[in-house]
Amino acid sequence: MRLLMCSPDYYGIEYEINPWMNRGRPADGRLAREQWNRLHRLLREELAAEVETIVPAPGLPDMVFTANAGLAWNGKFIVSNFRHEVRRGEAPHYEAWFSECGYDILRLPEECYFEGEGDLLKCGDTWFAGYHTRSDIRSHQKVAEIIEQEILSLELTNDWFYHLDTCFCPLSRDQALFYPAAFDSYARKVLENHIPNLIPVLGQEAARFACNAVVVGSKIAINDGCLKLRTKLESAGFTLLETPLGEFIKAGGSAKCLVLNIG
Amino acid sequence: MPQSIVQISGHIIDSLILPKVLDLIIKLGAEFEILDIQVGHRRADRSYARIQVDAATPELLERVLAKIKEHGALPVEAEEESVEVQPAATDGIFPDHFYATTNLPTWVRVKERWIEVEGAEMDCGIRVDLKTVRAECVPIHRVKQGDWVVVGHRGVKILPMERRVPREAFEFMSSSVSTEQPKGLLIREIAESMKRTRAENGRILVVAGPGLVHTGASRYLVEIIENDYVQILFAGNGLAVHDIETALYGTSLGVYLEKTMRASEGHEHHLWAINAVRKAGSIRQAVEQGLIRRGIFYSCVKKGVDFVLAGSIRDDGPLPDVITDTLKAQDLMRDKVRDVKFALMMATTLHAIATGNLLPATVKTVCVDINPAVVTKLTDRGTFQAMGLVTDVEPFLRELSQYLNPTTRP
Repeated sequence: MRLLMCSPDYYGIEYEINPWMNRGRPADGRLAREQWNRLHRLLREELAAEVETIVPAPGLPDMVFTANAGLAWNGKFIVSNFRHEVRRGEAPHYEAWFSECGYDILRLPEECYFEGEGDLLKCGDTWFAGYHTRSDIRSHQKVAEIIEQEILSLELTNDWFYHLDTCFCPLSRDQALFYPAAFDSYARKVLENHIPNLIPVLGQEAARFACNAVVVGSKIAINDGCLKLRTKLESAGFTLLETPLGEFIKAGGSAKCLVLNIG
Repeated sequence: MPQSIVQISGHIIDSLILPKVLDLIIKLGAEFEILDIQVGHRRADRSYARIQVDAATPELLERVLAKIKEHGALPVEAEEESVEVQPAATDGIFPDHFYATTNLPTWVRVKERWIEVEGAEMDCGIRVDLKTVRAECVPIHRVKQGDWVVVGHRGVKILPMERRVPREAFEFMSSSVSTEQPKGLLIREIAESMKRTRAENGRILVVAGPGLVHTGASRYLVEIIENDYVQILFAGNGLAVHDIETALYGTSLGVYLEKTMRASEGHEHHLWAINAVRKAGSIRQAVEQGLIRRGIFYSCVKKGVDFVLAGSIRDDGPLPDVITDTLKAQDLMRDKVRDVKFALMMATTLHAIATGNLLPATVKTVCVDINPAVVTKLTDRGTFQAMGLVTDVEPFLRELSQYLNPTTRP
C-alpha cells in the first residue's frame, strides 16, 4: 500500500471550521511533530506501507490532512473542491504534485464540493460517500461517472463527525466500523444492507476518533485510548497499533485524516 | 397548485436517497408524483427519476425544493449541466478532448447561466474565465498554461441559424454557388445588402487578390472605397505591389492596363515599385511623400481604411507593411475581424479561405472568383449567409460599383 503524507511544519489551529477547533486551544508544534513522526514510522515499519511525502506550504495549516487532497484512482487524480475558503489554497499544491507524478488531473465543477478520501471510502466493491457537512451529494455522481463504479451517498447528520472518515472505517471486504449517531436512518440502513459485519463504536470512543484508523491487512494504526474497541477487534483477529494523536484531534483529525491512499 | 418538476440521478435506489427525498416531501407537507423512473441494470449504472412536487403555497414549494436540493434533487430547468473545463497544461497545448468550435453562435453554461462565447470562430477551443464569467474562442497557438478550456460537449449549445426566417433577399438567395444564375440580380442584392450594412454603421471587410489589378478592376474598388463601402482590407503582398506598380508606372506585371501592351523591361516595374516603397519606409509614408498618388492603397490611406497585408513564401520584397510571421498576421486579422458585418472576398484563394476561417457564421459573406473550386470551398463551410459567384472579378466590380455609386444608379 502506498500512502501520501505531509509533515506538520506549518500545522496549527489558525481558524475554526469544525466544532473540534478552538483557537483558544492551540496545538503544541513540537508535540505535534513527535506524534506525526511516530505515526509515520509506525506506518512504514509496522504496517509495511510505502509512504511518500508532499512539501508543506506556509499559510496552509490543514495541509497535513492529506486525506482531503482528492481521490487518486487508476492514474487519475480528482482534485478536491474545498467547501471552506481557508483550505482551498491546498488544491494547487496537490495538483502540482500529482501532475508531476504523471497523473491525469481532473476537476469537478466549481460549485460541487468534494473533500477527497475524507468523504469517500471503499468497502468490498462498494464506495461509500459522505455528504451534507463538507462534500456535496452531486460530487458523488460526478466521481461515480469518472471511476465508473457504484457510489452510495450517506448523509452525515452530526457536525462533530463532519467527514465520513471520522465515523466510518472499512476493515476488510465485509467488515467496517461505524458510529451510528453520525448518520441518519437511511444511511444506517444502507450500511446494514451492504456490509455484512458492521461494528458499532461507542460515543466515547468515536470521540477519540476510533473510526479514523489506517488499516493494512490485519494491522490497524489508531489513536490511543479506545480500550473497548481494542478488545473487540483483537478477538476478531486484528492487531491494534495505538499511537497518541491528541495534537491533531485539536483540529478534528486523526490517523486516517493524515494519510491519502495512492495505490 | 404550485408545482415544480425535479430530477435526481445517481445510485439513488441502493443508497435510499430516492425514498429519503420522497419521505421528506411528505414530511414537509407537500405531495409528489413520480413521472418517470429508470433503474440502472448493472451496479455501476446510475438510476434516474423525475418527480413532480406539488405544494399548497409557493412558499412551501420553495422550502421543499430547497430541502430536497441538499439531497441532489434539482428542478429540471436548473439541472442543465455546467460546461466541463480542464486547465491547459502548457502554453499552446489544449487539454485532451477539448471542444472544437464551429463558426456558429455558441453558448456555454457557466455558474448556472448561459453565456455567449465571444469572438465566434471555427476550429478553436473555448476559454472560460471563471472569475468574470466570460467565454471566448481561442486558437491553439494562443492558449496559455492554466487557461480553463472547455472539454467534451456538456453545457455547450449552438444556435443553428437555419431556424431564422430570412429577413432579406440576401439570406434567401445565399448558400448557393451560382455559375448560371442571372448575376445582375445577385450583384444588385449584394449592393443592397452592403448599403443596409452601412446604414446601420456596420463594418465591411474586403479581401482581394492581385488578379483584381491585373484585370483592370482596381478603379472600381477605388470607387467603392471612396464611397465609404470599405472599412477594412485584407490582402497579400501581391495586391499592394501591383496596385502600386500601376500607380507608379501604369502597368501591372509589366502590362499597360490602359493599352493592353507589354512595357519593355516591364518585369522590372513591380520590383522598382517594391524598392520605392521600401525606401519610403511604408505605404503610408510613400503616400504622404507624394510618391503614390492614386490606386487602391492610396485611397485606403486617404480614407482611413485599415489594411492588413499577410505575407507568403512566394512574395517578392516584400513591402515593408507585409507581416511575414504567419501567426502574427493571423492574430491581427483575427482582431480586425471582430466587428465586421459583411465580407466581400474576390480573386484570392489563400486569403479568402484564411479569412473565412476567422469569420463567425453571422457575417454575410460574398465570394467572387473565376475558379468554382474556391467559391465552393468557402460556401461549404456551413456559413448560412454565404453567397458565391463564379465570374471574372472585373465585370463584377464594375457593376457593383455602379449599384453602390449614388450618382450613377442605373
